[in-house]
Amino acid sequence: MALQAIAFYLMAVVTIAAGFGVVSARNPVHSVLWLILAFFSAAGLFVLMGAEFLAMLLVVVYVGAVAVLFLFVVMMLDVDFAALRQGFARYMPLGMLVAVILAAEMVLVATTVAGAGAAKDSVAPLASGKVAAGVTNAEAIGQVLYTNYVYFFQAAGLVLLVAMIGAIVLTLRHKPGVKRQVIADQVLRTPKTGMRLANLKPGEGIGE
Amino acid sequence: MTIGLAHYLAVAAILFTIGVFGIFVNRKNIIVILMSVELMLLAVNINLVAFSAYLADVTGQIFAMFVLTVAAAEAAVGLAILVTFFRNRGDIAVDDASMMKG
Repeated sequence: MALQAIAFYLMAVVTIAAGFGVVSARNPVHSVLWLILAFFSAAGLFVLMGAEFLAMLLVVVYVGAVAVLFLFVVMMLDVDFAALRQGFARYMPLGMLVAVILAAEMVLVATTVAGAGAAKDSVAPLASGKVAAGVTNAEAIGQVLYTNYVYFFQAAGLVLLVAMIGAIVLTLRHKPGVKRQVIADQVLRTPKTGMRLANLKPGEGIGE
Repeated sequence: MTIGLAHYLAVAAILFTIGVFGIFVNRKNIIVILMSVELMLLAVNINLVAFSAYLADVTGQIFAMFVLTVAAAEAAVGLAILVTFFRNRGDIAVDDASMMKG
């Protein structure tokens, strides 16, 4: 139990410190690296809660894909990041005020709800989502995801497809002056359009 | 002491607050704003998984998965818009990005 507490506090402190690093780093590349650390330690928190599948998903999807995408974009864009930091000090007091009030309110509500056990008593959880004994985390998720939530699962796939097509359409750029194959033009080509018969008199070339 | 629901909820609350704070202080840098949004969605996921573990009900983890999906899609489209915007303007200052106001 003590080991679990040590692990929790370590992960929690690292997650929060990395989150603070994301918003306060001078260089956006450092921000992305802090973001990777935050996701990694949050995955550790997920493991502590017994959600191993989601933890691995977080590492694969976020650290492996989203964070690297951020890194690519930050490094690709040639932007003066010092100019973008103007106003950091100006918005700091208001941001701090809002942040402190928000954090105090949310922590208060969270501890009250957890202390009163209200979530367990007042809400009757779906019987279908209950985890049976002796079932691994991934198996339990699969048993519910592919039965009760199969349409949502399909819709999530559709969301990803639309996002993929949208990202391609937004960033695809046809450079002018680059010759490319147009299959339709090739198929529609007939002898009539492909060649021309010229009636030449003797002694004359083809003068165009 | 045992680690209960309240501890995880507190971590999630602090992380969400850091995300809001990041949006406030980095108003010009849209890349950091997008990263702050990712942090807030991560806090939401921690909340969902914490309640899922507390109630021994796997539904919360499934919803966290859907949140993950939408967050990944949002990041992809957001960064694509950002790249297009940079190509058109040569800059990513969002405070004068008002040309589509109509």
